[in-house]
Amino acid sequence: MQPALKTTSFKQKTNQVLGISLEDARISKSYLAVAFIALLLGGFLGLLQGLNRAGVLQLPPWLNYYQVLTAHGILLVVVLSAFFTIGYFYAGLSHTLGGLLPKVRKMAWIGFWMKIFGFVLAVIPILRNEASVMYTFYPPMAASPMFYFGLVFIVLGVWMLSFGAFTQVANWRRNHKGEHLPILAFFATGVFVLLVGATAFVAVEVIFMIIPWTLGWVDGINVLLARTLFWAFGHTAVNIWYLTAVSAWYVIIPKIIGGNRWSDLLTRMVVIPLVIMNITGGFHHQIIDPGISESIKYMHVFMSLAIGFPSLMTAYAMFRVFERTARAKGGKGLVGWYKKMPWGDVRFLAPFIAMVAFIPAGAGGIAQSTNQLDQVVHNTMWVVGHFHITLGMSVIMTFFGISYWLVPYLSKRVLTPAMNRLGVIQTIVWTIGMVIMAISMHIVGLFGSPRRTSFTTYGNFAETLGWNPYMAAVGIGATLLLIAVILQVYAVFNLMFFAPKGVTEFPIAEEEAGAEKTPYWTERWGVWVILMLIVVSMAYVLPIVDMIMNAPPGSPPFKTW
Amino acid sequence: MKMHLDEKIWLFLSFGMIMGFMIFTGYQAVALGMGPPSHKETIDPKKVDQTAPFDQPGIKQIGENEYEVVMTLQVFSFTPMEIEVPAGSTVHFTLTSKDVVHGFQVANTNLNAMVMPGHIQKISQKFDEPGEYLVLCNEYCGAGHQAMSTKIIVK
Repeated sequence: MQPALKTTSFKQKTNQVLGISLEDARISKSYLAVAFIALLLGGFLGLLQGLNRAGVLQLPPWLNYYQVLTAHGILLVVVLSAFFTIGYFYAGLSHTLGGLLPKVRKMAWIGFWMKIFGFVLAVIPILRNEASVMYTFYPPMAASPMFYFGLVFIVLGVWMLSFGAFTQVANWRRNHKGEHLPILAFFATGVFVLLVGATAFVAVEVIFMIIPWTLGWVDGINVLLARTLFWAFGHTAVNIWYLTAVSAWYVIIPKIIGGNRWSDLLTRMVVIPLVIMNITGGFHHQIIDPGISESIKYMHVFMSLAIGFPSLMTAYAMFRVFERTARAKGGKGLVGWYKKMPWGDVRFLAPFIAMVAFIPAGAGGIAQSTNQLDQVVHNTMWVVGHFHITLGMSVIMTFFGISYWLVPYLSKRVLTPAMNRLGVIQTIVWTIGMVIMAISMHIVGLFGSPRRTSFTTYGNFAETLGWNPYMAAVGIGATLLLIAVILQVYAVFNLMFFAPKGVTEFPIAEEEAGAEKTPYWTERWGVWVILMLIVVSMAYVLPIVDMIMNAPPGSPPFKTW
Repeated sequence: MKMHLDEKIWLFLSFGMIMGFMIFTGYQAVALGMGPPSHKETIDPKKVDQTAPFDQPGIKQIGENEYEVVMTLQVFSFTPMEIEVPAGSTVHFTLTSKDVVHGFQVANTNLNAMVMPGHIQKISQKFDEPGEYLVLCNEYCGAGHQAMSTKIIVK
């Protein structure tokens, strides 16, 4: 055991001195490159939708609104977020756990190509208008079977990546008995546990329900059950992207502003409940569905709101860290300390705005996952506004902020002051675009304008005239956002291939000197996974058994587009 | 574990807020009967036209100022098309889908329900203000989804 420990810590040191190994860097760079290409394509499709809903652009028949919307959702919610998350955490695992093991690297590449293969399979039918079923693909709408086979390969790729991460973590723990997993690797473990848990549901839906049904092996499908399995995945997925952003808030941002990390124990105590309670949040997407009793729905409101608590803990922690750091730098007054924050540094500015955005985003989320209030806004533009402010600001702006140090760290280049300035401009343009768009969407949603609907006046119905100004604002927001997307993608590829050579550090904040030692029970991942499974069973066993026992005759497949 | 007093207060308030939400929601849902539409009856989605009450979709007066509307949703329309009721009446909707998942939403009201094949959904609303109400499908259902609408006329 002893020699192994020494080699690892030696590797850990070389890794920190020399920077990331070329092989590990290539993995993360590949993931990030795919992520930002997806951002470019998805952003462009978003502009088409924004302009269509503003009433200024009629899409040609060979590229209809719903086809564009399906691709937009998949590119941004599935490709961009997943590839970024994996690239970022694999870099983090490599950095904090002494370089990736050769077999983990191999798993990362197999996972990469499985995911790419899956996306190609899924995208072909979308382009041929044989899969305009949205990111949610609710049966009994049925896409071409190829679309679902693509999804299967994406899930298998995710599992490969997750088991790669587990292998890396297990190896480190074997060689560091009694030590705490470095905090970024701790977050990564939580994220990959959730990825496996969430995708298991959608895998069951796709492999055991949808594929046999689209191939004609079975006649009917249980529509409600399929939807339920989808949302156990769908909501968890977006929360996983959020947890990824949170990891940077706790671990990276304090270092960038020159401060210390928040209490290690409290940080881990935010990760643990987010892992345990996350998957059960999915049910609140079905608050106005038939076939689920009111008492089950009420239980799920509680399960959804419960994950608000760790987020509120985070809100406190972040602002406390900011204030403490600013005061240590001589900041004064009740609020005057904020002047000491590095506002001109894009690596801070973008994630800071992301955090501020989470205040209205979280509040809106709490409101809309509550039974009666959901009924007011369900499937309206409000919801679209909600996930653009959560994913489009809180998550993606954090990812943008990360990219300005992660990409040069990987490519052994540096962020120049000019590129930093571009990043600040990009952040401001994106913020303005997203704020205009999200606010308009929330308001017009309250008026009743539905989501996922191409431009329509419902036969010149007077009601819809009042919606038009807000929809025009959505179009303006989408235009600004595309400008910001182009700047961002330019910055990423410049930092990857053309920026001046140099050393960029992987910024991981330290705990405060003399911080209390974190108790070891936080490392009991076996216990957390079992608790997660118990909570998931409490949430899902009863309703799912009910859905299967009291199922109506199944529905045949429909192609309605 | 050391925790500042203000953090304890913050977490106490956070917890209180979430519980407050739960209590309000529960009170409204249980005591005031404002729970979300959650009807549990099922139907054979291939035999909607032959199954009562959907074999005769339409509007029926069932009491003073009280109406029942039996409605089917299908790509890309609502049956019956137009509904007319006097102001002040309460309308009970009984809904199902003949094909894919649809949404039943009436702008400017709290009427909003998912309508799924194989399931019967029920939701009620009192219409006090006279006028024309826009009924629309708010779940993507195919190429003509943006055209799927009708109206309720309250006189």
